[in-house]
Amino acid sequence: MCAQCLTLFALNSSLECFPNSVANYIDLAPMPDNYFVRYLPLLIHFLVAVGFASVVVTLSWLIGYRRPSRAKMSPYECGMTPIGDTQSRFSVKFYLVGMLFILFDVEAVFLYPWAVILRKLKMFGFWEMFVYIAIFLVGFFYIWKKGALDWAAPSAKRGEV
Amino acid sequence: MNPIQIIPHAADYVRILPELVLSVFGMIIMLIDPLLDDRRSRSLSGALALVGSLVAIIATWMQSQSPGLGFWNMVRVDSFSIFFHFLIASITAIVILMSYEYMSVQEIRGGEYYGLILFGACGMMLMSSAVELVLVFIALEISSISTYVLAGFRRRAAISAESSVKYFLLGSFATGFFLYGVALMFGATGSTTIDAIGNVLRSGHIPVLAYMAIAFMFVGLGFKVAAAPFHIWTPDVYEGAPSPVVAFMSTAPKAAVFAVLLRVLFEANAPGRIWLIWVTAALSMTLGNIGALVQDNVKRLLAYSSIAHAGYLLVAFAALPENGIPAAMFYTAAYAFTNIGAFAVVSHFGGAGERRVTMEDYAGLGKRSPLLAATLTLFLLSLIGIPMTAGFFAKFYVFSAAIKANLVGLTVIGFLNSAIAAYYYLRIIVVMYMREERDDSPVAPVPFALGMALALSLFATMYLGILPGRMLDYASSSVSDLVAPAMQTMPVQGIAQVH
Amino acid sequence: MTPHLHLWLIPLLPLAGAAINGFFGRRFSRQAVSTVALLFSGAAFAMALWVAGQFSSLTLPYIETLAPWMRAGSFQVDFAFYFDQLSLVMLMVVTGVGFLIHIYSVGYMWTEGGFYRFFTYLNLFMFFMLTLILASNYLLMFIGWEGVGLASYLLIGFFFLKDSAAAAGKKAFIVNRVGDFGFLIALFLLIKHFGSLNYADLAGSISPLHIETSAGLLTAIGILLMVGAAGKSAQIPLYVWLPDAMEGPTPVSALIHAATMVTAGVYMVSRSHVIFERAPIAMTVVAIIGTLTAFFAATIGITQTDIKKVLAYSTVSQLGYMFIGCGVGAFSAGIFHLMTHAFFKGLLFLAAGSVIHAVGGEQDMRKMGGLRTKIPWTFWTMTAGTFAIAGIPPLAGFFSKDEILWQASRVSMIYWAVGILTAFLTSFYMFRQWFMTFFGEYRGEQHGHGSHSHGSPGHDSHDNHGHGGVHESPAVMLAPLVILAILSVVGGWVGIGNRFENFLAPVFHSTATISADSFDAPSMSAEPKNEEAGKSTELLFTEISVGVGVLGFLLAWQLYYRRPELPAEIALKLNGLYHTVLHKYYVDEIYAAIIVKPLIAISTVVFWKGIDRGMIDATLDGSAEGAREVSDTMRHMQSGNIRSYAGWVAAGAACIIVFMTWMAVGTR
Repeated sequence: MCAQCLTLFALNSSLECFPNSVANYIDLAPMPDNYFVRYLPLLIHFLVAVGFASVVVTLSWLIGYRRPSRAKMSPYECGMTPIGDTQSRFSVKFYLVGMLFILFDVEAVFLYPWAVILRKLKMFGFWEMFVYIAIFLVGFFYIWKKGALDWAAPSAKRGEV
Repeated sequence: MNPIQIIPHAADYVRILPELVLSVFGMIIMLIDPLLDDRRSRSLSGALALVGSLVAIIATWMQSQSPGLGFWNMVRVDSFSIFFHFLIASITAIVILMSYEYMSVQEIRGGEYYGLILFGACGMMLMSSAVELVLVFIALEISSISTYVLAGFRRRAAISAESSVKYFLLGSFATGFFLYGVALMFGATGSTTIDAIGNVLRSGHIPVLAYMAIAFMFVGLGFKVAAAPFHIWTPDVYEGAPSPVVAFMSTAPKAAVFAVLLRVLFEANAPGRIWLIWVTAALSMTLGNIGALVQDNVKRLLAYSSIAHAGYLLVAFAALPENGIPAAMFYTAAYAFTNIGAFAVVSHFGGAGERRVTMEDYAGLGKRSPLLAATLTLFLLSLIGIPMTAGFFAKFYVFSAAIKANLVGLTVIGFLNSAIAAYYYLRIIVVMYMREERDDSPVAPVPFALGMALALSLFATMYLGILPGRMLDYASSSVSDLVAPAMQTMPVQGIAQVH
Repeated sequence: MTPHLHLWLIPLLPLAGAAINGFFGRRFSRQAVSTVALLFSGAAFAMALWVAGQFSSLTLPYIETLAPWMRAGSFQVDFAFYFDQLSLVMLMVVTGVGFLIHIYSVGYMWTEGGFYRFFTYLNLFMFFMLTLILASNYLLMFIGWEGVGLASYLLIGFFFLKDSAAAAGKKAFIVNRVGDFGFLIALFLLIKHFGSLNYADLAGSISPLHIETSAGLLTAIGILLMVGAAGKSAQIPLYVWLPDAMEGPTPVSALIHAATMVTAGVYMVSRSHVIFERAPIAMTVVAIIGTLTAFFAATIGITQTDIKKVLAYSTVSQLGYMFIGCGVGAFSAGIFHLMTHAFFKGLLFLAAGSVIHAVGGEQDMRKMGGLRTKIPWTFWTMTAGTFAIAGIPPLAGFFSKDEILWQASRVSMIYWAVGILTAFLTSFYMFRQWFMTFFGEYRGEQHGHGSHSHGSPGHDSHDNHGHGGVHESPAVMLAPLVILAILSVVGGWVGIGNRFENFLAPVFHSTATISADSFDAPSMSAEPKNEEAGKSTELLFTEISVGVGVLGFLLAWQLYYRRPELPAEIALKLNGLYHTVLHKYYVDEIYAAIIVKPLIAISTVVFWKGIDRGMIDATLDGSAEGAREVSDTMRHMQSGNIRSYAGWVAAGAACIIVFMTWMAVGTR
């Protein structure tokens, strides 16, 4: 019942799914605002999730059969021996490229919703996207000319970015 | 959805005209900067940025001719937003003027610096005219990210990088609070539009959630204005960041965030306002001033002083709208011009690598450079709140507004704090005039642009200190924009409404 | 349609002059400095003339708002100017006489150090004085009021290397503070009870009030205003600063301490006539103070031997006359006398300056004499001034003084009697000065070299001209003398047939009404008397006042021309009285004994050692120490560690959120 309630509630956010008595209680609750009550299913969901996870972990810990060995305790169970510090240093270029990728990627995402309603937007939408891409390209031009994409030259001629 | 509703009108663009101007100029700087060498880039992009901020002032004037809502009720141009647009644009112009010298002395490449200042100013302006919380958040992020980067601009100094990273991490942390507050507010009232929220909260019953939402939002905004207890980042960041940037970020974003706070607390009729402000204002004033007492680094000292001033300013937020709003607006402007001037002197005097920033370095400045010392003295006097300077009327209006709202306790705390504050400001003056100089290396002559910046801020400080009437009148006229539901939101559309 | 006057330009022009000379004057030549100073004060005068030309087409009072200034609730003060007949008279006097004295100063100060400084101050003074008389509210007037005080302080102490000059400047400033205290309280009372400081608003809200039969609010305000006026206009008990102010350069004495600034009190009282008309007790106070001051100052004037001190006491005495005029409700008579006094006293001071100039910095009349032939221009102009102040018809002083005495006699014969006595004394000491200076034998050293060191800037000395002997002043100094002399002769004629009074009548028309229950209150408005009898009485009084003027002349002639050894004998006979008067009734000493010394003692013992050092310093040091300790502790919060910062922010956030939630739950 509860799971069904949750699902239904999430969909139409009414109290119909509750049995009469419960619904009455919620409606007649002395607390003047029922916002928390409306989130009650979420709380229940959260409790169920936490409860389920902890029950499973606890059970496996209680029931499980433990016999540790050296190989089993190593970080990689595949048997690979870890060498050196786990916090190894990467070239900052990786981060730079990563960041730039994310930026352009996220901006590209906006093309999808735009494409969906392009017909409704008519020519306005077309030009608007034109402007958007142009702004986009200014940024691209900038990083390009600044040498941020220049992997080979460590300190590009135009100084660091 | 009807196409007519989703296509903006030309009027909508007028509502964000200054922001558009700044963005365009910022982008032009981005385009030309990579193509030029260091020196030419510095001067050309600086000039472009200056022109941009001046055009933004003109654009603000143009949009002030046709106030109203824009972009589906997300932006509102009223005399309140115009006030902050003008303020932020003027601050930007002055900061750009004072950056010219700094950039060449510190040998910092100019282009992206000026671009970032323009983009930041764009975000700040948008904050002051945004009346929809998600847009406020976006604007807040635009301005914050610019300032995070700007804080780290002295790339050769480790302390600057430290400052930038600290500001960035803590700032994003705080912004998270703000966003969470917006979400809670949406949960509590079913809207993210400020006057819709106001209508719900005015309609009688106020949910507990709304209180929590205000608390969360206040954490985020309080962090940005360096109000206690979220002030802890301020001294470190101000110490490390380049002085013109400190001048910028201690004034313009603060003004913008105060504008948002005014809208959130007064227009949205925030519950629990008075006590929330009471506590934070008292804390900010006290912690800021006490912290400043023992500082030997002038930049750190001014950082603490800015915490304290945020406290004085917050006092006005606890007052009645009809006195509190104009007082807060006046204080914002008065503090901005005074502080920017003080930092201009600090920036010039610091020299290459900002070496001269301790109290010791200022010894004997009165003799070595009488004009510079006199200028700084005036700004410090204004920060104390001596009559004939902007600071006096600012404090006067704030405290008289507080008295009218029967906040006697808070006012007393404010007065005591003003007295404490006088000590450390006067200390700088005493050191400048009465202590023997330690080194007599000549102070560099003030170049034209910096002189202009100093003259402008000095003029504004004195003007507001002698003729405060006009600005206060203007500020008072915008009270009705916030408290009276003058402009009705058009129903429905888009993101703001749910049922 | 009323033309736009741009009144704001009038005060601002001298300010611009002051700014130019103040900032750049150090590098200018003397010619350039004097050009700037004359140009701007002359422009103000020209502007004033133009405004006067527009006068007939104005709807009065004309109010010009320049900029909003202060707002505090319904209370509102603007930078605004107010212009009516009274302002016009003051404007003409201040700009006209001021401009003449500027011209004169060029010659007089030519050889002094700090030439540019002098003109900066002088222009600054003009700015504040014009602000004072053109202000449309008491607060702006107060700015001018304080500003002229400042300029006066700076100019009295112009030769600041001389101790006595610095001390005199300080004395003027401090004594004026006492008066300003009263003025300020009066302003506070006005704000509290009428919510405004604008003349127009106040006239509106005070006019409906009845005359106060017993001491009430308006009486209090009136008396406090009079305290302020007594400070600025050197009336008993605050007159002591003016004689000392003669330490300043002579043009300053002429402009500030005779013609314009010291009359500000009279102007202020006249401007407040709406208040005074409804407060007969305050009026009586004004009249009595005026009478006493006029008389006592005149008696002191008899014994002075310093040519400028005589004129200083004479000024105090004449100001007393003006206050008598105000005190008996004859404001226009007071203003009339103010105007003529500005002419002839300005003239007398300038002529005295010319005499001092001629004899090489000597100010003691006992060392002068016989200068009549040596400096004829100065002699003849000073003669005009002396006859004018002595009230000899048809010179200016006769008309205005006679008008005051006549009006006073209609209120009380005592005022009139004392006034006549004073007129006699005035005539006597002025002719005494005249005879001592210009007649008889020259008693000074043959060459005008004093004991002053040459060319030192700290001395009002003219001994560094390089040409000895008595000599006439240059034309630049004589021209203003001549113009003022003409004005002193003809300036009173505007009062013939009550023309001056009628001109000012719209300003001073009495609006006071007597409430029914106070019928016995003394009416300030003219009583309908028997016209014929009034005319003959007036004629008789006029004859008497001319008579005492002539009597004074004859006595002075007898004592100081015919038998110059007599005064010493008389002084010997009246030894005690003579010394008392000679030492100015020991007022300075009395003030020192009963006010200054106890004040210093109390300040030292109680305030400085007791409260300041013992309590305030101790508390402050203690709390400062405490605050620093707290501050130091707080430093440890500032670890610089970003994780702990985040922790602090989170903790702060938690506190705020819990606090707000608690409030939310608590309110339901």
